[in-house]
Amino acid sequence: MAASDSADDCIVDIRNLHFSRGRNVIFDGVDIRIPRGSVTAIMGPSGTGKTTLLRLIGGQLRPDAGEVRVGDETVHQLRHRQLYRLRRRMGLLFQSGALFTHLNVFENVAFPLREHTDLPEPLIRDLVLMKLQAVGLRGARDLMPAELSGGMARRVALARAIALDPAIIMYDEPFAGQDPISMGALVTLIRTLNDALGLTSVIVSHDVAETARIADLIYVISQGRVVESGSPEQLMASESEWVRQFMHGLPDGPVPFHYPADSLADDLLDTRR
Amino acid sequence: MPEPVLPARITRDSDASIIRCEGDWSLEHLRRGLARLGRRDQRRQWTLDVSSIRRLDTAGAMLLLELQDQLPGKPAFDGLQARHAALLKLVEEHREPEPPPRPVRYGPLASLGKATMDVLAQTVAFLAFLGEFASDALPRLLRPFGVRWKQVVGEVQQAGVHALPILGLLSFLTGVVIAYQGGTPLEQYGANILIVDLLTITMLREMAPLMTAIIVAGRTGSAYAAQIGTMRITEETDALRTLGIGPLEILALPKLLALLIAMPLLTMFADVLGILGGMVVAHTMFDVSFTDFLNRMPEAIAPSSFWVGIIKAPVFAAIIVAVSCHHGFAVQGSTEAVGKATTRSVVQSIFLVIVADAAFSVIFNLLGL
Repeated sequence: MAASDSADDCIVDIRNLHFSRGRNVIFDGVDIRIPRGSVTAIMGPSGTGKTTLLRLIGGQLRPDAGEVRVGDETVHQLRHRQLYRLRRRMGLLFQSGALFTHLNVFENVAFPLREHTDLPEPLIRDLVLMKLQAVGLRGARDLMPAELSGGMARRVALARAIALDPAIIMYDEPFAGQDPISMGALVTLIRTLNDALGLTSVIVSHDVAETARIADLIYVISQGRVVESGSPEQLMASESEWVRQFMHGLPDGPVPFHYPADSLADDLLDTRR
Repeated sequence: MPEPVLPARITRDSDASIIRCEGDWSLEHLRRGLARLGRRDQRRQWTLDVSSIRRLDTAGAMLLLELQDQLPGKPAFDGLQARHAALLKLVEEHREPEPPPRPVRYGPLASLGKATMDVLAQTVAFLAFLGEFASDALPRLLRPFGVRWKQVVGEVQQAGVHALPILGLLSFLTGVVIAYQGGTPLEQYGANILIVDLLTITMLREMAPLMTAIIVAGRTGSAYAAQIGTMRITEETDALRTLGIGPLEILALPKLLALLIAMPLLTMFADVLGILGGMVVAHTMFDVSFTDFLNRMPEAIAPSSFWVGIIKAPVFAAIIVAVSCHHGFAVQGSTEAVGKATTRSVVQSIFLVIVADAAFSVIFNLLGL
């Protein structure tokens, strides 16, 4: 059956994914295909399980049903050691950067190289400086993570994520809480690295404008399903009222502005005591 | 010139059946119970005159609406100023009467059941962690070259060498106290020399291992829980995993090995300092000279007393590392959880250490040691 699909050019292939936490259904039959060499964005409102999806791809969580394939391997069927080997081919950039706070910038980027390779020190040094150069922070190699701004920390984390030259790199909300300049730098960097290193990038985000600027393909998920997918232009011109509200950031629409609550009057007057 | 403050007020003109609202109906000038009418008032027909309200904000508007609700037939607002009407309309639109969720209250039996289930769940989680840790660590220990010995040495330095001053001081003082307290009744019987037996046996068998465990749990266990907990919050443990490194292997295993090495040595150090403290007291207060003391020691105690104390140390070490790492890895969500995990790790490790010590006493008693 799989032979009939053109799965060859897809590096990540998610089929009929079901996942729930307790009684809370997070994914209810999600199909996502991520073409090799592309920048693919997975978008959706907060709390739709975008980060959970990354964890499923990275094998940190198991799906209840369906399958997640990365390359030729089904992630959740791998044995412990194979899984760890697979993860070395996947870089994941965390929202916070998640740098090791007790190591300086250089050592943070060198960490995966020291752990997984037996390269001689001069070679490690060259590799690390090269990666730092790519993110524009070669001069910051001696700083500690606490001395970096949020945007810089994220770029160092990016350098660490590409230290082992992975095939896929996943970004978890790369643009959240960035000032316009570092945001612009990151946007360009993600695209440049993707094309220069021949990576496949997966961006999980709800920053529509920035993501639309660099993504080849966007999947919009909400309430456990893929609502729509396509190129940024296609989605911007979407027929669906919901997708339009999301892509254009309209305050009210199919998604109500108000979270269900007690009557405002009762809250204010405190008559329930 | 600032306007004079006019607190919100209600006056009732019973003859003309008019309720007049006056003054500043804004948040800072409202009183509790302002808009509450008596039962008698609620039965009459009133006209609601709001023409002399000077300022109105959302809180005031809310209160006005509540007042209106209490009046039979909901009289219209008389003399409502145009600038207030819009606000009042907005507030009225957004008053959505919705039943609040009932707060769940548990009876004593249900609370007991819940507490029991919580303890059970915690125990299961701890056992699960132990299992995970063991299945991760045992295969690695079989290939000792893969273990991060450099890190182990660093941890020994942190947990062992740096603990020497405080442990030494406290053990010395413990020795002083035991000798002093025990020496006084012994002196009454002229059995001063027995102070040696008392001191050495207490120190070697019980006090030194316990003191060491308590200090290590407080100093090092808490640091482990806090370190791992913080790494959970900053997602560093997840970052390790995505870099293909198991967090247990790099965080927990070196700590376990380090304490397994450091705690027996610390216990020996505590033995020496404790006995030294006792010797000083015996010499100065009870006329037992250092020479007498040292000559008496081999007669007073069997070597087993020493080993009984030392053998406990690695067990205590394992307890402390397991408990504190478990609580560290269990941290979720906010930084507040780190503080809780730290406290809990110290309390539980000391608790389990003392339980284990009691178990040791029973076992050694049965073995006749």
